[in-house]
Amino acid sequence: MTTIPPQSRTIPDSIEGGNTAWIDLVFAWGLRILALSAIAILLWMGWIIFNAALPAIKAFGLGFITRQEWDVNQLQFGAKTYLYGTIVTSAIALLFAVPIGVMIAIVTSEKFLPGWLRSTLGFLIELIASIPSVIIGFWGIFVLIPFLKPIQSALHQNFGWIPLFGTETFGPSLLVAGTILAVMILPTIAAISRDVMLAIPQDLRTASLSLGATRWEMITTVLIPASLSGIIGAIMLALGRALGETMAVTMVIGNSDQVSISLLDSGNTIPSILANQFPEALDELHIGALMYLALILFALTLIINMIANSIVKTFGLKQ
Amino acid sequence: MTLEQQLTKPLSLDRRIFSYSMSAIAVLFTGLALLPLLSVLFEILRQGLPNLKWEVFTNLPAPAGDTSVVGGFANAIQGTVLMVSMAALFSVPFGIAIAVYLSEIGKSGSIAQTVRFVLSILSAVPSIVVGVFAYAVIVLATIFEYRGFSALAGGFALAVIMLPIVVLSTEEALKLVPNHQRLASAALGANSFQTVFKIVLKSALPSITTGVLLAIARASGETAPLIFTALFSQSWVEQILNPTPSLSVMIYNYSSSAFPEQTQMAWTASLVLLGLVTVTNLLSRLITRKR
Repeated sequence: MTTIPPQSRTIPDSIEGGNTAWIDLVFAWGLRILALSAIAILLWMGWIIFNAALPAIKAFGLGFITRQEWDVNQLQFGAKTYLYGTIVTSAIALLFAVPIGVMIAIVTSEKFLPGWLRSTLGFLIELIASIPSVIIGFWGIFVLIPFLKPIQSALHQNFGWIPLFGTETFGPSLLVAGTILAVMILPTIAAISRDVMLAIPQDLRTASLSLGATRWEMITTVLIPASLSGIIGAIMLALGRALGETMAVTMVIGNSDQVSISLLDSGNTIPSILANQFPEALDELHIGALMYLALILFALTLIINMIANSIVKTFGLKQ
Repeated sequence: MTLEQQLTKPLSLDRRIFSYSMSAIAVLFTGLALLPLLSVLFEILRQGLPNLKWEVFTNLPAPAGDTSVVGGFANAIQGTVLMVSMAALFSVPFGIAIAVYLSEIGKSGSIAQTVRFVLSILSAVPSIVVGVFAYAVIVLATIFEYRGFSALAGGFALAVIMLPIVVLSTEEALKLVPNHQRLASAALGANSFQTVFKIVLKSALPSITTGVLLAIARASGETAPLIFTALFSQSWVEQILNPTPSLSVMIYNYSSSAFPEQTQMAWTASLVLLGLVTVTNLLSRLITRKR
């Protein structure tokens, strides 16, 4: 292929009515700078939070993560209680949401039900994701907590010898918070897993079925293994969401500052303490400690989402 | 056993049981997942509808414990609309410009790839962390000699939350514009600036609107970043550097109130907020379906 020399592309001024190439150049560079500023926002965010957390980082160092004390008056701060609550509630959420979400993905991607019913189900599940989390939390206080209270009491009476159910509940608890998180991350797991499953070639299914597998044997031996990495990506994205979810959790977790091993006890998470204490935080070290918590949460979700994104991207899927 | 017998032998019992029971579990789980949704909708309608009067949209909140006045949350609606508008004013033009860069100029270049990656990361940053960022940048800073909680800080946080949604959805919309439209425009002598503004953006407008509406719906329901940036107030919004009420923070504040009429008001506010969000969502679906 021969390249056309540049001068042969120039058009006489009389036709073009003035050279407008500079407009294109300014346009392109202007947009490029705007696009780069999106990167700047993320870096700015990290830098600002890090800087504001600096007093606490200097005062407590990395030991902050394992310190349990949180005393605003004595200015002693540690992240252990909140880190524990965040991880435990997210784990409970995944425990509930993964099997249910994957089942929904199977039901909505395979031909169990007529097409219109499948798409309606998909739509309804995704509708949950659009309900503001403060409303889910409000529902949690007035519907979910009363509903789960007898179940929690029964758990304590029958399995009280297991430390996880070792205390009597008074309503709000880590278990309730985990349950509400499960409701909120379910759409993420279901929708992405369904997209992954729909992307699996039909031939694989047909091949398995024609070898004599029943539908569920095909699903468990072919479909799920083939879509496993995509499902894991979906679970990671959901985990990222669960770790950072604030309102619904804050409203049903009870906001206590004690680490209790029992799931029936009230607890606290990093987002909850941020939501609760920032409005009243005055001391520089107190604000710094809260910022330190925010920084930990920021880093945690950043890492998890990067891994999830790369897994989902290798599957060639959009979020 | 002859071949014929083997071929016509019915499926063994355990394989049949496995198949049927898994189907039952799958349908059961799907039903289970719908329960919370139906319960939320039912409860909001049951508790919120009886108090949905006109005064709710025109009055200020009644003083706590005073049941002689019909309270409303007009100021919270005003604050939500104000802060979401401020956020949209910033994030929509900015977001569309970035999307134009990604789809028309950067394409699959390394800058565009990085920007896309960063935006997908930004969209996954917990909203409370965005709130902390806005708190550090605006509430703790001194702007125009004001220091403190304000609509400006709330709007800033919402803008950062909306930006990635606007960019990523606008880029998808721009990708759907057929390339021959761009070529035709260029062949008629338009420069890229004219092509983008007069041809590409124009024909992608409905899908861009969809993305913008989704971002607005998302921002109107956000609570976490507003609790300590905009805070709350019981009075009308007078200026953007004062603490500002919003529907979502009002629901949060009233949810644990000791006064039953405030809890009732929170249910009504939930109904209004959910209605707002759902209408915006449905509207965006309708716009794209028509095409």
